[in-house]
Amino acid sequence: MCLAIPMKIIAIDGTIATTEVDGVTRQARLDLLPEANLGDYVLVHAGLAISRIDEADAAETLDLLRKLADEIQ
Amino acid sequence: MKFSEEFRDKELIQELARRLQALAPGPATLMEVCGTHTMAVARFGLKMLLPPSVRLISGPGCPVCVTAQKDLDGFLALGEVPNVVLTTFGDMIRVPGSRTSLDRLRATGVPVQIVYSPFDAVELARQTPEREFVFFGVGFETTMPATALAIQTAASAGLTNFSVFCVHKTMPAALRALVGSPELRVSGLLLPGHVSTIVGAASYDFIPREFHLPCAVAGFEPLDILLGVEALLRQIKSGSPQVANTYRRAVAAPANPRAQEILAEVFEAADAEWRGLGAIPGSGVRLRSRYAAFDARQKFAAVLSQVPPPVANPCRCGDVLRGLLSPADCPLFRKTCSPSQPLGPCMVSSEGACAAAYRYGG
Ligand code: SF4
Repeated sequence: MCLAIPMKIIAIDGTIATTEVDGVTRQARLDLLPEANLGDYVLVHAGLAISRIDEADAAETLDLLRKLADEIQ
Repeated sequence: MKFSEEFRDKELIQELARRLQALAPGPATLMEVCGTHTMAVARFGLKMLLPPSVRLISGPGCPVCVTAQKDLDGFLALGEVPNVVLTTFGDMIRVPGSRTSLDRLRATGVPVQIVYSPFDAVELARQTPEREFVFFGVGFETTMPATALAIQTAASAGLTNFSVFCVHKTMPAALRALVGSPELRVSGLLLPGHVSTIVGAASYDFIPREFHLPCAVAGFEPLDILLGVEALLRQIKSGSPQVANTYRRAVAAPANPRAQEILAEVFEAADAEWRGLGAIPGSGVRLRSRYAAFDARQKFAAVLSQVPPPVANPCRCGDVLRGLLSPADCPLFRKTCSPSQPLGPCMVSSEGACAAAYRYGG
């Protein structure tokens, strides 16, 4: 039930964003993320954006994963 | 899907799995606290990738599953109040109460409306002022801010026909009860990623500090989960427990400050009854008195006081939720209990351990 899906903000109207993933759009309230901008990816759960996804952190985690994989070669 | 596919890279999964084999300590039982983890682990077949000495068991992190029978019976009783429309997340629909369930009520003509969000329930109430809408507020911290905002929205719209039957529960308080219980035998906890976006990774610091138990906050893609397991195995090996945050792209150490403000404005801590874990002090919330008009427990207090006590049920979800019983070891599993004839919430919820074991094999 705590499932939340990464969706891209494609429009913002006050505190309500239109978010999109794979052609599906959903309204999401931005009350928790006043810093969110157009083009950001946010985790959407039950009509609310609960977290902004940090691209740099995502890239860092993927780097770490590759490094761990290399270490065992 | 960006931020999903990259974390499903088959080759990286295989390589990481090999690394885990190299890291494997002696026998270790890790608990994935969150039901969304349980489902992802089953769906991606991750148990097969783990070293044979490492066992993953499910915990109490499926909100549908931990909702106490008494609370479910209470919400179901409101279906008998004339003019009431019950609104709920779809997950609750088939969970058997003591005497009926939401889908059985619906079959007898009681209006039960599935909503995607509590905001939709408020919107229904706004559109249909002649009816009374009650929302079943189920969920952990991930879901609580949406309910709180929905209540604020209803209040500022001046609605008098919307209320929440609140059974929300808070994760850190429940974890304290769980890890403090002498029957729990685990060597590490995989902590819920989405609850953590709200409460912050630092809210679990007490677990390694007071209970010397390794912890990892993890996301929900296969690589996220394996990375979480890697962090746990590494801590077990080094003997220095901490809270590793392996879901940095979405989770920070501190709590979300806006969420904390909104939650504190609408809710106050209260004791809560958990299926399996019993009553845990301070592990739930109730509406603050300034929002009493939106509290279904107060609005319908007379009806709720008449609800008979829960009927005993042979289902052993309570043991499954505490990691004491694996679903396949329940004598009813696959015999009298299946997703089409569920005896307990763990078989109903898409995130229940019994449903996951049924669909994907335990
Ligand atoms: S298999 Fe069915 S009866 Fe047994 S614990 Fe799971 S839900 Fe309950």
